[in-house]
Amino acid sequence: MDFKSSEPRREDALPATAVAAVKVVIVGGFGVGKTTLVGSVSEIRPLTTEETMTQAGVGVDDTAGVERKTSTTVAMDFGRISINEELVLYLFGTPGQERFWFLWRGLFEGALGAVVLVDTRRLEVSFDVIGRLEERGVPFVVAVNSFPEAPQYPVEELRAALDLPASVPLVLCDARRRDSSRDVLMTLMRYLHSLAVTPEAS
Amino acid sequence: MSDSGHHWEDGGPERLYVITGGRSGAAEQTALDLVTLIVARTGPKNGMQPEHAAIMRLCQSPLSVAEISAYLGLPVSVVTVLLDDLIAARHVLSRAPVAPAQLPDLALIEAVIDGLQKL
Repeated sequence: MDFKSSEPRREDALPATAVAAVKVVIVGGFGVGKTTLVGSVSEIRPLTTEETMTQAGVGVDDTAGVERKTSTTVAMDFGRISINEELVLYLFGTPGQERFWFLWRGLFEGALGAVVLVDTRRLEVSFDVIGRLEERGVPFVVAVNSFPEAPQYPVEELRAALDLPASVPLVLCDARRRDSSRDVLMTLMRYLHSLAVTPEAS
Repeated sequence: MSDSGHHWEDGGPERLYVITGGRSGAAEQTALDLVTLIVARTGPKNGMQPEHAAIMRLCQSPLSVAEISAYLGLPVSVVTVLLDDLIAARHVLSRAPVAPAQLPDLALIEAVIDGLQKL
């Protein structure tokens, strides 16, 4: 081959009947376990996709009066779950460089919803993420990744600390465990279901 | 983890410029989403640009735009330019993602819940 590319393993091929795909975005601060969560439920080894973003200093560092373009490569790890013969769910986790997620064209557009993954040792990094999702009208649930060494708080205390409306589900999880990560996704889907049934609840 | 980092080493801007013939995915409105599924109508054809041929090989089974980007080690915006070429030439078919309206379709959510329950 003339350039370096890799191929999917045979077992990673989707059936020819796969006709539609949906996506869910996993957001949260650096090192909170987004890729771990994606990897624990994904049927494929998580892959990495990249995008180069050029922007004229919008919302980046304070460079008042300085016209300059910044170009940044943002990488995202993602995984896949075949829901049935026709439907595929993709999970996108977003490592680091939080301020760039929302500039990634098409990441949140068309997403079913988002999971905000939280580390109780660094609650403050979640505020910005939650605020931006609310601004954009992206439905989300909050999952607290239970690191063994992290302090444990009652769920209601965390809800208050995050200033989270009562309607937004908040669950504890262990992102390393497949069943636990699956339950987080179920929580999001049930929440989306409730929003679809009673739109005014949002 | 992915070894796509190695691809990026020699994936400088000049090379990407050459691959896309100087076109930038960002400037052109593409209908392709990260999770649009792409499937090739045939095998790779003689004389195809290597990147086009690689996509044809990858997409013998349906594959999302994000997966194509990951396997090729190319940014999504470059991959969408290449895919737009292949779609225009009718070499591949794209299966648009389910576009949820402001509120996702109940049947769709229920299908996902069913699928997750089987995990």
